Amino acid sequence: MASKAITSTIRRALSKPHGVVSRRHHLSTAAAAATDYEDESIMMKGVRISGRPLYLDMQATTPIDPRVFDAMNDSGINEYGNPHSRTHLYGWEAENAVEVARIQVAKLIGASPKEIIFMSGATEANNTAVKGVMHFYKDTKKHVITTQTEHKCVLDSCRHLQQEGFEVTYLPVKTDGLVDLEMLREAIRPDTGLVSIMAVNNEIGVVQPMEEIGQICKEHNVPFHTDAAQAIGKIPVDVKKWNIGLMSMSAHKIYGPKGVGALFVRRRPRIRLEPLMNGGGQERGLRSGTAATQQILGFGAACDLAMKEMEYDEKWIKGLQERLLNGIREKLDGVVVNGSMESRYSGNLNLSFAYVEGESLLMGLKEVAVSSGSACTSASLEPSYVLRALGVDEDMAHTSIRFGIGRFTTKEEIDKAVELTVKQVVKLREMSPLYEMVKEGIDIKNIQWSQH
Amino acid sequence: MMLRQVAKKALGLTARQSTPWSVGISRSYHENVIDHYDNPRNVGSFDKNDPTVGTGLVGAPACGDVMKLQIKVDEKTGQIVDARFKTFGCGSAIASSSVATEWVKGKAMEDVLTIKNTEIAKHLSLPPVKLHCSMLAEDAIKAAVKDYKDKRVKTNGAAAAGETTQA
Repeated sequence: MASKAITSTIRRALSKPHGVVSRRHHLSTAAAAATDYEDESIMMKGVRISGRPLYLDMQATTPIDPRVFDAMNDSGINEYGNPHSRTHLYGWEAENAVEVARIQVAKLIGASPKEIIFMSGATEANNTAVKGVMHFYKDTKKHVITTQTEHKCVLDSCRHLQQEGFEVTYLPVKTDGLVDLEMLREAIRPDTGLVSIMAVNNEIGVVQPMEEIGQICKEHNVPFHTDAAQAIGKIPVDVKKWNIGLMSMSAHKIYGPKGVGALFVRRRPRIRLEPLMNGGGQERGLRSGTAATQQILGFGAACDLAMKEMEYDEKWIKGLQERLLNGIREKLDGVVVNGSMESRYSGNLNLSFAYVEGESLLMGLKEVAVSSGSACTSASLEPSYVLRALGVDEDMAHTSIRFGIGRFTTKEEIDKAVELTVKQVVKLREMSPLYEMVKEGIDIKNIQWSQH
Repeated sequence: MMLRQVAKKALGLTARQSTPWSVGISRSYHENVIDHYDNPRNVGSFDKNDPTVGTGLVGAPACGDVMKLQIKVDEKTGQIVDARFKTFGCGSAIASSSVATEWVKGKAMEDVLTIKNTEIAKHLSLPPVKLHCSMLAEDAIKAAVKDYKDKRVKTNGAAAAGETTQA
């Protein structure tokens, strides 16, 4: 018995390449029982946990699908040429691979491959779209319309434009997170150069009424830009049906690699824009620089898979979302879903637990990787601007947790997350003076708090 | 199992406990904070109307921090014999108020008024962005003591004015 243990260890040591970190990278999560407790537990941020936490933060990023990984790495070793080298086989091979990926991305959104410009991610695509379009038309168009719940890169680009002298209208949203179409109609002016509204919100998961917005933009002949990083591969996207002029996409939200994305720029009728990256004129002059071949192949493969598996993923994720929400609601009261339940992407569940603060809940949920819209978790002490735009009461904005469900999430992970969440919320409510006051029948809203 | 461990050690294969990436993470919680969160001391409530109890309620839900600190005072000696707290706030706020209840127990009321937020912050190694949590804990202690003194004044009422406590 003893000799068997020793020989098996030696055999394992010899077969492993030298210098590899011996911490085993296991896909098993904390949901499975941890066997060798001593060497599998890790110290993270002052906390000892056995195994790795459950990953429920799919809106932040997604794990690379192994099939995507295969597609990327096949090329990296052998097809290393620069896709813009026109004079030899290596360049032609690489260019061919990039063009195949371009077709895959275009098919997913119903566009022509000529309309896809590869970039370093959705942030660059958003910057290019907002600033590039407005700079091109700066003599005639001075006005941009966007919403208060957009992604930071869009809001920051708009702020940059304001400093340059453009005018920006930040549309408020209704309490369910959706844009008010009448307000949009009224906000459009003759000198409006761009309307930018994201398709699926990364924080609360609501899906905007894209067809109607596209219709309004078409009537007024205003280019419609949308940040669809959280939408492609998850909900059916069709640029023709939605009348989209520009669309930002990101690979790492759909099980692809980080560091690559794309911008869809419509050609009929043509949308013109000033490029952010000047240089050799690659990507139709709109984004100079050598194409990141390996990353782009990964992006293409991810889009291809997403197209094939979208329907199945949707069914799986919807089932898990219901399991999560019902599991939590059975055991706890005072649970609020932030954002519309009907017009929502099922993989994003943003919940507020009344009388419990978000960061303390996150500290207790150390075995679950989720994120929160609470002030304490942002660098400033302000609660999330998206939740505030929804009109959520300030004390509820401090209590929100975002659960992200994806293709690889399992039922056991959801059950474990439900169990841990319920346990922590109950414990924190015991510690909460607000809960105590509510139980005694005091109305919290009427108390005069001593502000700092 | 044991032999496997021994063999691993002999071959230099034991998992490194402190991985290289534990360096430079600026948002780690100090173990004291985690300890107070996992094993909170003195969570609970006294009866607000008990004349020996002082209740301090500070903060605001809009700020994301509300602390309720209660002290039970021995009327004859003026010593704090017991304390309880309840907090709506982040881990650092919970730890700060828990530390506050531990430190006030067994002290005289005048002594606890000298507890400074910097001492609490040092004990918990709070980063600068969390210093306001310790500030709130200090305020909670002061508010609890003030509430107790106000109650005493009210119960003593018009009679025996000389018994009002020295601030």
